[in-house]
Amino acid sequence: MANSHDHDHEHEHHEQSFVEKYVFSFDHKTIAKQFLITGLLWAFIGGLFSVLFRIQLGFPNADLTWLKFLLGDWINDAGKMDPGFYMALVTMHGTIMVFFVLTAGLSGTFSNFLIPLQIGARDMASGFMNMLSYWFFFAASVIMFSSIFLSTGPASGGWVIYPPLSAIPEAMDGSGLGMTMWLSAMALFIVSSLLGGVNYIATIINLRTEGMAFSRLPLTIWSFFLTAVIGLLSFPVLFGAVLLLIFDRSFGTSFYLSDIYIVGEGALDHVGGSPILFQHLFWFLGHPEVYIVILPAFGITSEIISTNSRKPIFGYKAMIGSLIGISVLSFLVWAHHMFVSGMNPFLGSIFMFLTLIIAIPSAVKSFNYITTLWKGNIIFTPAMLFSIGLVSLFISGGVTGIALGNAAIDIQLHDTYFVVAHFHLVMGAASFFGMIAGVYHWFPKMFGRMMDARLGYVHFWLTFVGVYFVFFPMHYIGIAGFPRRYYSWAGFDVFNIMTDVNVLISIAAFITFSAQLIFAFNFFYSMFKGRKASANPWRANTLEWTTPALPGHGNWPGEIPTVHRWPYDFSKPGAKEDFIPQNVPLSETPESNLEHEH
Amino acid sequence: MLQVILGLAAILILFVFILLFRVQSLIAVLRGSDKQVGSISNKFNAFLMLVFFFGMTILFVWYTFAEKDTYILPESASLHGLVTDQLFWLTMVIITVTMLITNGLLFIFAYKYQYDEKRVAAYVPEHNLLEMLWTVIPAIVLTVLVFKGYAAWTDVTTIPEQFKGKNQEYVDAGDKGVLIEVMAQQFAWNVRYPGVDGKLGEHNFRLIDDINGYGLDFSDENSFDDITPTKIVIPVNVPVLFKIRSRDVLHSVYAPHFRVKMDAVPGQPTTFAFTPRTTTSEMRAKLGNDKFKYELACAEMCGRNHFSMSKLIEVVTMEEYKEWIAKQTTWVSNNSEYVKEKGSTDLVSKYLNESSEEAEVVEPVIEEEIIDSNSVEIDSTVSH
Repeated sequence: MANSHDHDHEHEHHEQSFVEKYVFSFDHKTIAKQFLITGLLWAFIGGLFSVLFRIQLGFPNADLTWLKFLLGDWINDAGKMDPGFYMALVTMHGTIMVFFVLTAGLSGTFSNFLIPLQIGARDMASGFMNMLSYWFFFAASVIMFSSIFLSTGPASGGWVIYPPLSAIPEAMDGSGLGMTMWLSAMALFIVSSLLGGVNYIATIINLRTEGMAFSRLPLTIWSFFLTAVIGLLSFPVLFGAVLLLIFDRSFGTSFYLSDIYIVGEGALDHVGGSPILFQHLFWFLGHPEVYIVILPAFGITSEIISTNSRKPIFGYKAMIGSLIGISVLSFLVWAHHMFVSGMNPFLGSIFMFLTLIIAIPSAVKSFNYITTLWKGNIIFTPAMLFSIGLVSLFISGGVTGIALGNAAIDIQLHDTYFVVAHFHLVMGAASFFGMIAGVYHWFPKMFGRMMDARLGYVHFWLTFVGVYFVFFPMHYIGIAGFPRRYYSWAGFDVFNIMTDVNVLISIAAFITFSAQLIFAFNFFYSMFKGRKASANPWRANTLEWTTPALPGHGNWPGEIPTVHRWPYDFSKPGAKEDFIPQNVPLSETPESNLEHEH
Repeated sequence: MLQVILGLAAILILFVFILLFRVQSLIAVLRGSDKQVGSISNKFNAFLMLVFFFGMTILFVWYTFAEKDTYILPESASLHGLVTDQLFWLTMVIITVTMLITNGLLFIFAYKYQYDEKRVAAYVPEHNLLEMLWTVIPAIVLTVLVFKGYAAWTDVTTIPEQFKGKNQEYVDAGDKGVLIEVMAQQFAWNVRYPGVDGKLGEHNFRLIDDINGYGLDFSDENSFDDITPTKIVIPVNVPVLFKIRSRDVLHSVYAPHFRVKMDAVPGQPTTFAFTPRTTTSEMRAKLGNDKFKYELACAEMCGRNHFSMSKLIEVVTMEEYKEWIAKQTTWVSNNSEYVKEKGSTDLVSKYLNESSEEAEVVEPVIEEEIIDSNSVEIDSTVSH
């Protein structure tokens, strides 16, 4: 340990070139910022796509000729959006948001940034692998982004890329080169994700500073740790699934294909494959992926809610227990996405049972957040507002999971807007809120400057109200039976109703998207012109706040601090201040020590 | 020109906005209010928490009750749907109450425990009884829902015995159950009734061509009486079994009024059995809408025209159904030239008499068979 300190110190004196410092950097903080900026750019693109398809859904009769400057031939001569392009938008929106923003953007930013800082390490276990992780992600991003500009469009078979649709280029425009690029990009993305995950796990296990027992880890680190474990166990399965799909597409194998006739092509040679096999493989990643997306957000909000309530997180052990419970269960519920896929109904019963169990740790988490607020002394920083928003969205979106997880009810609700409402609230918007909260909270440590709080308030309230107005009404049209991924519902009497609700949703979506421009402005403006931050602006306990306002390479100029207590000693009775950082020895706080701490 | 002016105006507004922002942040720094914790903005945010909760709750309750006739589908037109609907609404009541209470606590606590410099937050790291309570109570509620769900799911997915033939294949059960094959393709639904013999003929995707879209196999005798109408007609109060397949990509049979949904998978047939309980005309009377129709939609993304895969379903009385099915001509009689070319010689000569002239002569033969088989059916039911 001591040796590596000296080694790092030497590095500090060594003059770094621009490329070493900002491009192929080994520093976890720089890599975190690279992930963050790339993630935010992706979020903008993903959001823009949702605005485009909300135009179609809210105003199906509008003349969209004015969009020709942006979309070219995807707007036909009659001024209507091409249905194939609509599918591409939906597909890319899902892919971008789930993988590029809420996996890479969220974990990549905060795991990288906070793990070394909060456990008391100079950097990640392997700076080189960490750098590779970003650049694999970057390569994946470039390929995915380029695919948007193909004349046949990007992948358009849904973000779940179910074969045969995704396997047969003749079945859909986007299943040609667009899908090839999607698959290549995702293969690189998975490599990036695994490089990151291995690193996070190795760092957390090996590089904790003296005194930082697992029982003293901040909940952020617990959640990043479990996220990395889940990712490491599930992403390789997606890699396998993607590989087999590539074989089916390019080398004539039949893993997923059988008995297919394509107009103009005739019968295909594939026999004996099963499309349902792909679904099992996909959702074996796909469901844990939901938790890969939400767990880091949980970690972030646990930290922020505790700090800004000036109160220890309620039920620290129960929080860890429920995180572990959710992580284990996340591997046992995947087939609830497949109740009506044609798999054996008995399997459906098993998965219904396991799925509903997951509601219990989720409920424990929500109640613990609420109880943390109880009798607190709450400071509404923008980060705190977004964290409270997350809890609300998680509850409102989570409860409907109890309906959807029930196979008998899911028959009607499967693939309707009820599902869209459910997962956008519970993991989409909630996770986004966690990410935004994290940016507001750790911005001072990232850039040494504060973001503007007032703009933050405006951003929060517009976004919070907006998100509810976008996704809550979707429950109603879901109960009315509206299927997902429909370009238009006008062809059916049963769905040709509630057009006013769709207009409302679209307008709310436009406003919510525009509100993010306030955030973008605040972010880039504050990066250069924001008020200078102090070392510990939120008066928080975790180790990253013991570094200088803008920590340099190696994080602590002197010795790495030693940890003496858990991270949630807020408002401890008898203490002079309402917070006691983790590096303060118990011997310095005799007045506030509890019975067992003497 | 207009666009240029609009663009300039937008830039100007943005510039004014940035200027205003700069001024207000400078004022905040001068006043030192940006460093105060219990500032006006803290109180204002706390107040907005309450406004948000009550505002949203009122909107939610109002819309839920005021618009319930718009978004709640008519009472299920199938038997199992009554059970799953009941379970759905039971779940909805439980989760809505949970959602309102927990959200209420969240926002009310946020308001009530807003920063006050005179107060110190309570140091309550844990409370075992509370945590036990909110682990056990959800567990009990969920257990109830799981068992109810399990019972309903098992019931829905069990295929009635009368559809099972001698060799594990599915057969039509006459008065006791109607078998229909639903075949999906990009972007249409095709249906096939087994005809008088009650058995669907074999099919093979390699036999599909422009005319024989189903890939019917004419070396199988059972194919010769199969009927392929343009709409789905089913009798009321009798189990219907959909045998579902796809000939290209995934699709999903979705009949919202019957609470029916099942994917169509190429190479792997799926099934869904349900019992319609309301005829189309009864539903029309009930809703006061004489244009009402039952529709079949696709619920699994299947390509660019996914949204356009509709099919008409008509629920009629058993008598009407029998009358209708008797009038349908077989696929073979509609495409006799094709079958003569492709079918096995024995069967072609048996079903498509070479010497006779086309359908008029063929049809009476089949018509006769319908009568025969019906009388057999009736006999068998009588003897039971």
